[in-house]
Amino acid sequence: MKTIFAESVPGRGSRFFASDAPAAAKMLPAGLLRSRPPRLPECSELDVVRHFTRLSRLNYSVDANFYPLGSCTMKYNPKFTEYVAGLPGFARLHPLLAQLGRGAARTQGALRCLHEIEVLLCEITGMEAFTLQPMAGANGEFTGVSLMAAYHRAKGRARAKMLIPDSAHGTNPASAALAGLEIVNVESRDGMVDPEALAACLAEHDGDVVGLMMTCPNTLGLMESRLPEIVALLRGADALLYYDGANMNAILGKMRVGDAGFDVVHLNLHKTFATPHGGGGPGSGPVGVNARLLPFLPAPRVVKGEDGDFFLNDNLPQSIGAVGPFYGSFAVIVKALAYMLRLGGEGLERVAEYAVLNANYLKKRLQNVLDIPFERICAHEFVASAPEGLRALDIAKALLDRGFHAPTVYFPLIVRECLMAEPTETESKQTLDAYVEALREIVEQGGKDPAGLAAAPLNMPVRRLDETTAARRMALTEDMG
Amino acid sequence: MPFIPHTPREVEEMLAVVGVRGLDDLFADIPPEMRPARLNLPKGQGEAAVCSYFEKLAARNGTDMVSFLGAGFYAHDIPKAVDALAGRSEFYTAYTPYQAECSQGTLQAIFEFQTAVSRLMEMDCANASVYDGGTALFEAAMMAVRATRRRVLVVDEAVNPIWRKMLATYIAGLPVSLKTVPQKNGVSDLQALIDAPDKDCAAVIVQNPNFFGVVADYTEVFAKARLHKAFSVISVYPVMQAVLKTPGEMGADVAVAEGQSLGQPLNFGGPYLGLMACGKEHIRQLPGRIAGRASDPDGKTGYVLTLQAREQHIRRGKATSNICSNQALCALRALAHLCLLGPEGLARQAEYGMDMARQAVRRLTSLKGVEPLNDEPYGNEAALRLPAPAEQVAAALVEKGFVPGFPVGRYYPGMENILLLACTEVNRPGHIAGLAEAMGDLL
Amino acid sequence: MSNTPPDLLYSKTHEWVRPEGEEAVIGITFFAQEALGDVTYVEMPREGDALTAGGEFGSVESVKAASELVSPVSGTVVAANAELETAPETLNSSPYNEGWIVRVRLSAKPDGLMDAAAYEAHCAAEKH
Repeated sequence: MKTIFAESVPGRGSRFFASDAPAAAKMLPAGLLRSRPPRLPECSELDVVRHFTRLSRLNYSVDANFYPLGSCTMKYNPKFTEYVAGLPGFARLHPLLAQLGRGAARTQGALRCLHEIEVLLCEITGMEAFTLQPMAGANGEFTGVSLMAAYHRAKGRARAKMLIPDSAHGTNPASAALAGLEIVNVESRDGMVDPEALAACLAEHDGDVVGLMMTCPNTLGLMESRLPEIVALLRGADALLYYDGANMNAILGKMRVGDAGFDVVHLNLHKTFATPHGGGGPGSGPVGVNARLLPFLPAPRVVKGEDGDFFLNDNLPQSIGAVGPFYGSFAVIVKALAYMLRLGGEGLERVAEYAVLNANYLKKRLQNVLDIPFERICAHEFVASAPEGLRALDIAKALLDRGFHAPTVYFPLIVRECLMAEPTETESKQTLDAYVEALREIVEQGGKDPAGLAAAPLNMPVRRLDETTAARRMALTEDMG
Repeated sequence: MPFIPHTPREVEEMLAVVGVRGLDDLFADIPPEMRPARLNLPKGQGEAAVCSYFEKLAARNGTDMVSFLGAGFYAHDIPKAVDALAGRSEFYTAYTPYQAECSQGTLQAIFEFQTAVSRLMEMDCANASVYDGGTALFEAAMMAVRATRRRVLVVDEAVNPIWRKMLATYIAGLPVSLKTVPQKNGVSDLQALIDAPDKDCAAVIVQNPNFFGVVADYTEVFAKARLHKAFSVISVYPVMQAVLKTPGEMGADVAVAEGQSLGQPLNFGGPYLGLMACGKEHIRQLPGRIAGRASDPDGKTGYVLTLQAREQHIRRGKATSNICSNQALCALRALAHLCLLGPEGLARQAEYGMDMARQAVRRLTSLKGVEPLNDEPYGNEAALRLPAPAEQVAAALVEKGFVPGFPVGRYYPGMENILLLACTEVNRPGHIAGLAEAMGDLL
Repeated sequence: MSNTPPDLLYSKTHEWVRPEGEEAVIGITFFAQEALGDVTYVEMPREGDALTAGGEFGSVESVKAASELVSPVSGTVVAANAELETAPETLNSSPYNEGWIVRVRLSAKPDGLMDAAAYEAHCAAEKH
């Protein structure tokens, strides 16, 4: 498809905004002005609408396709939450109004939303308090790691090492490194954190360990069976335990991470609480802490006054500072809150039950189709390997031809030719059955005709693109390459 | 149960396939002592009840006020077509385009967004966006730190203090320090910025227009930074960028912006997006997602995520950043907004805001004791010195339905009487007259 | 075996060294380029940069992987292979000749490196 720049016609334009204000050159010296107008598209409104409508049709999406992308929780995003977040009373509200004298009185509705979701998230996780500032999961990780470092600093300790299991998401080490910490790999055993290996790590880096970052259930879709031992080991070293909430959908209402001994947790509202992924954002990554870490939370915090009114508290002397400009991805937070209020406590518990049921059902039905390394009951997702002789990538591409988004491939790295599927609770048995049939067909076809499978997809807007040449040539804009 | 399609009969069938007796058996791996008896959460509600609850909350917010509040975040008119296009769920219920063949819509949009940002800034290339203007500024600073292997960031005090606070938070654990160059009466001290870099300086960081609305040409500052092999980083306001001298023309290495003014509602603080553009020679340091043009075996053009070896899922602890995603939907809104306005519409918005700001300054400085903070050229935002603390004046005006602007004193001690006032196309001459009258009554 | 020239020295991190008097040429091995796949970018030090044995001196990227370059010797860079900037695929097609990465003036005699036979044994062990 042509780009919108190629569709531009000089002199056309949509005339969206016109005014009789003087030209910039009449208001500012010439030396401060750009020498030519930006070369942006000049299109009619219809040109633009048609272009983006056509582009949208080239995408797979949850609304049109089963999207079992492991670790991403691509559940259905209820439409009423879009309506709620778009209410003009929220959408047009300037964040700084709340910081002006008397301004808090004119932002009570918004401040109440922030306070309410914090209370609900605390109850769900068993944590003491939440900051809503982080703008995505990775941003939450950085925040959590910074809080852990601040805890040790406040105790006068310059600890520098973060322990991370080898099965962790790549963001964990990247976030710890961004916060200036050194990463120590903890080897897993049978796909789980091995308390013996952990004890050895703690002994080796005695007095220098900030904490351990865990994903639980882990990236293999397995519940860590020796969690209490892990908690005890870390407590013994006064090191902190971080919970990566990427897989929260598996334990909603079934385990409160605070009660389990975690000190800090980040959640992905765009996963667990059904806000749309937006093609790669915006997300929201609130971070919850127990009492030990509470003094270090980012500022400001929304507080409920004695009169029942809400206000912003900026007076937090031990705070790590600000990880975002204001109070978080507010519109995303409102959607998540609306979803939680709609479901209520019982509905939220059902989420985990049916997410795990769907994953286990799918896993069982695929037992004779793919190689499944772990027999035990899985959480909300599971890993499988492509059958001997077939490649995960080819299977993924062949799924696209059959109208399904592919599962996550080649992650975690410790599983051969890995396909990691997370069906979520919102998919029906019929959809799961159809997906199983598609995979069965693909594997059969691949056995007979591996070259045919390697040519997939054939029915998509493009076939496999040459990523190597793209990386070498670097055509990153209309004007490059 | 809402959003769970299973019938009781299907549940039985599925449990039988799994080989367990009840749903609870699926959680046998969680130690019993870790299982909560029951969550103390409210009961679920019907859709209509939830909607009406939020309608009431939204109605308690003061969006009916006459507002001149900006400080880096501006109320602009957004074409309804932006909402319609970004509201297509083919875009908003997709995820990061890992499978390029079924994500060409998102990928081509990112490529077009990168082109639009590069052309607006007159830089070689851009990424797919980061979280906001503050994280963009931090990421730009880190590009400089990595490339120069130096540790000192020279920052103009007239860079938005909200972003400077974020910058300080993000570098707290790193062996990097900030050297702040004081502003004078809201004016960036160009000579001090020219003199600041030395052999330890990784980057000189400025903003145009600066926090106080002052417009300047940083060409000489950047030339001097280059002489010291330091990076030049500039943060801009995308609407004003339609008319102002570009980062490319000034010789910047990295240009960033808070992209909120391009098609994003104010949304009480987010989500927004950060724009990042740089020279070709720095592309390997640029963090975040980047789309590139490619072709398939039939020679058909398509788009892929490229240069992924910089990213966290490959480099882990050695990645350029920990960012996993971009603000894709916000970037789509920004792109559609730019296309619907075109170069003409964007420039007209900038000019209207500038004209309105001049009318407001003229009208308000006719009040006794109100004067401009300085005589420098400005864009659509200007700082005024009031005869009373700006916090108090603002509080009193809020009661009367006016938000007169942002009192800068909380970030700039000694400037308690300074009010920062912004105008955009949502402001009308009548608003200015109303504000002047209300303020006149107070002072 | 033709993929491991007998006249070179090798490091555990898959760099090769060709000593030439006071200087040495450094590159990555056939085994290394094969593991990376199609190389898309080579980050190289500049002329005059100091290298320390065991220290990182650049990186090699492919579409799906990235690998740091670890210097097998100590010394000062006298030349970097400019051809790799425009044609990084040379690392794949000719890892031991046209795909050389840097030429170094040695500050110490190369130490702790393997001969071809030992390196092949090392690779065979890594595959398991």
